[in-house]
Amino acid sequence: MKKPELLVTPTSVAHMEQLAQAGANAVMIGEQRYGLRLAGEFSRKDIIDAMDVARKYGVRVYVAMNALFHNDKVDELGDYVRFLSEQQVDAIVFGDPAVLMTVREVAPHMKLHWNTETTATNWYACNYWGRKGAKRAVLARELNMEEIIDIKNHAEVEIEVQVHGMTCMFQSKRSLIGNYFEYQGKFMEVQQVKYAKGLFLYDKERDNKYPIFEDENGTHIMSPNDICIIDELEDMIDAGIDSFKIDGVLHEPEYITEVTKLYRRAIDLCAENREQYEEEKNELFARIEAIQPTHRPLDTGFFFKETVY
Amino acid sequence: MSISQIINGKRVIVKKPELLAPAGNLEKLKVAVHYGADAVFIGGQEYGLRSNADNFTLEEMAEGVQFAKQYGAKIYVTTNIYAHNENIPGLEEYLRGLESVGVHGIIVADPLIIETARRVAPKLEVHLSTQQSLTNWKAVQFWKEEGLERVVLARETSAEEIREIKEKVDIEIETFIHGAMCIAYSGRCVLSNHMTARDSNRGGCCQSCRWDYDLYKLEGDQAVALFDENDDPFAMSPKDLNLIQSIPKMIELGIDSLKIEGRMKSIHYVATVVSVYRKVIDAYCADPDNFVIRKEWLDELDKCANRDTAPAFFEGVPGYKEQMFGVHSKKTTYDFVGLVLNYDKDKGIVTLQQRNFFKPGDEVEFFGPEIENFTQVIETIWDEEGNELDAARHPLQIVRFKVDREVFPYNMMRKGH
Repeated sequence: MKKPELLVTPTSVAHMEQLAQAGANAVMIGEQRYGLRLAGEFSRKDIIDAMDVARKYGVRVYVAMNALFHNDKVDELGDYVRFLSEQQVDAIVFGDPAVLMTVREVAPHMKLHWNTETTATNWYACNYWGRKGAKRAVLARELNMEEIIDIKNHAEVEIEVQVHGMTCMFQSKRSLIGNYFEYQGKFMEVQQVKYAKGLFLYDKERDNKYPIFEDENGTHIMSPNDICIIDELEDMIDAGIDSFKIDGVLHEPEYITEVTKLYRRAIDLCAENREQYEEEKNELFARIEAIQPTHRPLDTGFFFKETVY
Repeated sequence: MSISQIINGKRVIVKKPELLAPAGNLEKLKVAVHYGADAVFIGGQEYGLRSNADNFTLEEMAEGVQFAKQYGAKIYVTTNIYAHNENIPGLEEYLRGLESVGVHGIIVADPLIIETARRVAPKLEVHLSTQQSLTNWKAVQFWKEEGLERVVLARETSAEEIREIKEKVDIEIETFIHGAMCIAYSGRCVLSNHMTARDSNRGGCCQSCRWDYDLYKLEGDQAVALFDENDDPFAMSPKDLNLIQSIPKMIELGIDSLKIEGRMKSIHYVATVVSVYRKVIDAYCADPDNFVIRKEWLDELDKCANRDTAPAFFEGVPGYKEQMFGVHSKKTTYDFVGLVLNYDKDKGIVTLQQRNFFKPGDEVEFFGPEIENFTQVIETIWDEEGNELDAARHPLQIVRFKVDREVFPYNMMRKGH
């Protein structure tokens, strides 16, 4: 049976090597100047080094250019795309059509993955971006299992689904943490707190903690739980989903590595030895639960949830 | 095409932007058009982003289109959800329906709807919704090459960025000038999905961004509060957009359509905001070099505001002063109390539909496109049969009383608190 790719997010080149050893088939890397909410910051030098690791282990490298760009960065996109093309990265991940246009101009053979995080919600839109040049669509996290499989059944492009980790709920261009501190009159602390790690918003009514951080792309608010469906992979593997992503943003490298190992085992078993998978899957889930940070509960995201409107 | 020309030694604006107003129902549509909107955007029963609004049936749209036609105004329908698979059946029929009643265009975010409209309802203009968060000229270029007539830019674009987009791409540009707005990049927020299981990108947004939160920092496993006991909580509620001072700049930039937000707002709000911007645009276009913003226009806008306002990204990146902390709305200073149905010039008697309580002795203000605002103290009030009333108590009740100056159907009467 076809095995989906296991795509993970390293925090550094050294970490990428560990992830390759842990069984990752592909990595998504990049820098915040062009990419959104990355687990680590990879300079051009790091990308060159990452390609060495990739060749050594046979791992594919996807580079994030999925920011929403304003005019000021449009002119430099070509240079970055050219660099990525020279390094022979395996694909560029984009959301903004400006990237698509740039790739057509300077590196027409470069593979593209369409990923806006929230707007890949039907099979027609996935195929539309396929006709425009994308080889893959990364589905919105707010879809349920039935919708995902229906999209896959109609898709003319590869389909990537996030199976683990936190997801982005909100991106604003405004400096919302900095603004709050300025409102409180704490002007001196703004720079320090803006880029601090471990910030979260507490929602009393739901007793939820939402991680929040600022970077060059604005303010990002993340989901209160980590998705974990290591014990629910059967339907998507049967449907032939092309890529399973573990997003490690805001997690420690050791945690990401361990989760990668466990999903490696889960995918292999589920594809090759279904009986053994059924026997082991609860244990695999328990092993993730055991290393879960105390403030990060696990859930199944929107895979089994009813959303109304 | 140049924006202005010298006519009889005086510069005038020859490229006047469209004033685009919202309407949540047929009555609001008529008011918006009557008060000076060049175009109105409305929502249908499906595929729009305000599932809680009244929204229009096809028959109401047909009537709205016919009404607007008398004024030379256009009707656009918001069909800007990000559709899920289940929304695909029925879409073709829906779009054919819009085309058949004479809707001028649709405002769309999802390529599914763009391409389906092209195929089954080719007479509809297709405008790209702000839900696509268009922030640069190259992305605008992409959508132009896709054949769209117009794009609505992200609320995050500045004047300078719009200038560059206009220079580089020949496509109609629509931008927001007034009303509530997302604090997130539109289309990139799913707070509602997570917090209330309502799909924000299909019209279910419950404005979770406007709730209060507490900001903490994790030190190890300990959560440390980043606020004091008496501090206002963390909030990300933006002040409403208000670009009245920037209208001259927007006209000179050649922006094609200036859009007012608010399909959920009252007819009083729509009438007030539309009439003020109508005056600003007309006054500037007639004599741009001697134009000044009149204080009465600013005061007038304030009469229908229920939140503080600010210029947001058009004039630079907004800081904390463009957000609201600790307060969620401000008290409106005026109530809308009556809609003029008729005026008997010989007797000086108005026939009016009651919209809120008023009584003899109250000082009220009349406004409307045909008149300068004026105040009037109400004397005797009669009902339709001529019986004297101690007050106008009943919603939609038809009443009559003396008004000294001439008023016209659709003029409105408001009362200060």
